[in-house]
Amino acid sequence: MTHPIIHMQDIKKHFGNVIALNGVTFDVTAGECHCLLGDNGAGKSTFIKTMSGVHKPTSGEILFEGKPLSFSSPRDAMEAGIATVFQDLAMIPLMSVTRNFFMGREPTKGRGLAKRFDLNAANDICMEEMRKMGINLRAPDQAVGTLSGGERQTVAIARAVYFGAKVLILDEPTSALGVRQTSNVLSTIARVRAQGVGVVFISHNVRHAMAVGDRFTVLNRGQTLGTARKGEITSAELQDLMAGGQELATLDTSLGDTI
Amino acid sequence: MSDSVQIQTDERIGAESFGAKLMKRPELGAVAGLVLVLVFFLITADRSMFTLAGVINFMTPAAQLGILAIGASLLMIGGEFDLSIGSMVAFSGLFFAAATVTMGLPLIVAIPLTFVFSAAVGAVNGAIVIRSGLPSFIVTLAFLFILRGLSLVGLKLATGGSTQLRGVRDVVETDWLAPVFSGDAFTGVFAMLARNGLIETFKSGAPKVPGLPVEILWFAALALVATYVLLRTPAGNWIFASGGDANAASNSGVPVKAVKISLFMLTACCAALVAIITVMDAGSTDARRGFQKEFEAIIASVIGGCLLTGGYGSAIGAFFGAIIFGMVVIGLTYTGIDQDWFQVFLGGMLLLAVLFNNAIRKRVTGER
Repeated sequence: MTHPIIHMQDIKKHFGNVIALNGVTFDVTAGECHCLLGDNGAGKSTFIKTMSGVHKPTSGEILFEGKPLSFSSPRDAMEAGIATVFQDLAMIPLMSVTRNFFMGREPTKGRGLAKRFDLNAANDICMEEMRKMGINLRAPDQAVGTLSGGERQTVAIARAVYFGAKVLILDEPTSALGVRQTSNVLSTIARVRAQGVGVVFISHNVRHAMAVGDRFTVLNRGQTLGTARKGEITSAELQDLMAGGQELATLDTSLGDTI
Repeated sequence: MSDSVQIQTDERIGAESFGAKLMKRPELGAVAGLVLVLVFFLITADRSMFTLAGVINFMTPAAQLGILAIGASLLMIGGEFDLSIGSMVAFSGLFFAAATVTMGLPLIVAIPLTFVFSAAVGAVNGAIVIRSGLPSFIVTLAFLFILRGLSLVGLKLATGGSTQLRGVRDVVETDWLAPVFSGDAFTGVFAMLARNGLIETFKSGAPKVPGLPVEILWFAALALVATYVLLRTPAGNWIFASGGDANAASNSGVPVKAVKISLFMLTACCAALVAIITVMDAGSTDARRGFQKEFEAIIASVIGGCLLTGGYGSAIGAFFGAIIFGMVVIGLTYTGIDQDWFQVFLGGMLLLAVLFNNAIRKRVTGER
């Protein structure tokens, strides 16, 4: 197996006397989709914030491409190639897709006083990148507010990939989407993975995870309960692990397959 | 790779009509308003309003307001307000007059000094807003009073009791830099046009309009530069982003704080420019200079399509907004209508513009 791009070993994070993470081990290799599953309050958000440089771990080691690393800001992580698409997507509805796509990283042409935002090139790149992701924009100056939730998610993913993400962390990308949009986003994830990006997919929806995941790690009460490869585990088992192994079992008869 | 990708087309999205595209321009409201006001005055006003002299007559106050409005509109797009710009005009006017008259500095020193001083006040304004996270409305409202009060106190100190500082003209008249900030430009061209009978002249043969007031040139140049910066530079994208969603912008690497503080400095500098032009024009400064201009500038920006919530608007819209303003203020004197209708008219325009902008915003963001 190839070396992981990022390897997080026994990460602990305490907020005062609250132990949010109590020994999390997680890694991602290039071209795989590693799903991090966990119920609400399991520590998923704290963990991705640690991974993306927002929080510093209380203890534990982060290896990036084999070397120990500590991020002091999200900017450091971004520059190293760890891109995070948070649930708010960092998109501005009133601005055009192109302007959002290049926000903070505008391509320029000319020098000195004539240095300007190369809008034509930006529009072309944006249309092309979105086409690669399977979305045909009406026009690059279309406001992001007019896109559907799934399309916005795709813009955010395309943006991260275009700016050289090696690891792409997706925070519940499918949680607020309808059926068709979910399948679009899942196929976008598959496409990004095929380009050699390591995808970290955070979700509490086992079915969505099973659809694209190569490996699955379950987080429960701040601890990882182990990692399984695709085919080694059934969705029912994953579901049980997420819930801590007991509560769902008793619910099983009344709820059936509704979860 | 791209061959295998299926392109989805959504059959429910129809082709966009030209009209719908036009609706997305933020300055549409201002242009429509301008046409409306123009038609109104073409019908009601005396013919002389639309002669060259008449046009210059309403363009001069429009330009003075417009310089402020362009600064205010950029700041509004960046998501903040500055209610202190009117007072800032008085305050930097005092500084400028004191520098030239009291201290006897030449314009080449006094003018840059005035800009640096105003920018510093703007930066203080901005820094307080950004650091404290308080709404700019309340912080700059405080500065509206502080600066107005300081102008009064400062004038009394400088003049020994008067609230007016005279004698600016005598000091600056002979300065080589004076024509850039006062008087008329292109007087030669206007004289030539008059000789050839192309523009109206007095009986003596001198043109009725001796030249183009410099503030109109500053106004137009500023509108062009601001529009270029907004639409064609990374800085412009940062302004839209900072106003649209400061959090999202800063997560994407936009230096939001620097952008906002620079915009506060810019609006203060616009106020300083108006102060310099009007003080040199009048030859004196007084504490009431720029009174209520902050509201007029914000009204012009809103008529020009800026959203009060930031992230949307245009500088060229503010340009038209200011012209509408000038036309209404001056235009009513050319009609038989009581001039006091002016405020009613203005409030009505503002209300219409806000309603219109709100509808536009919903269209642009696809809200229902």
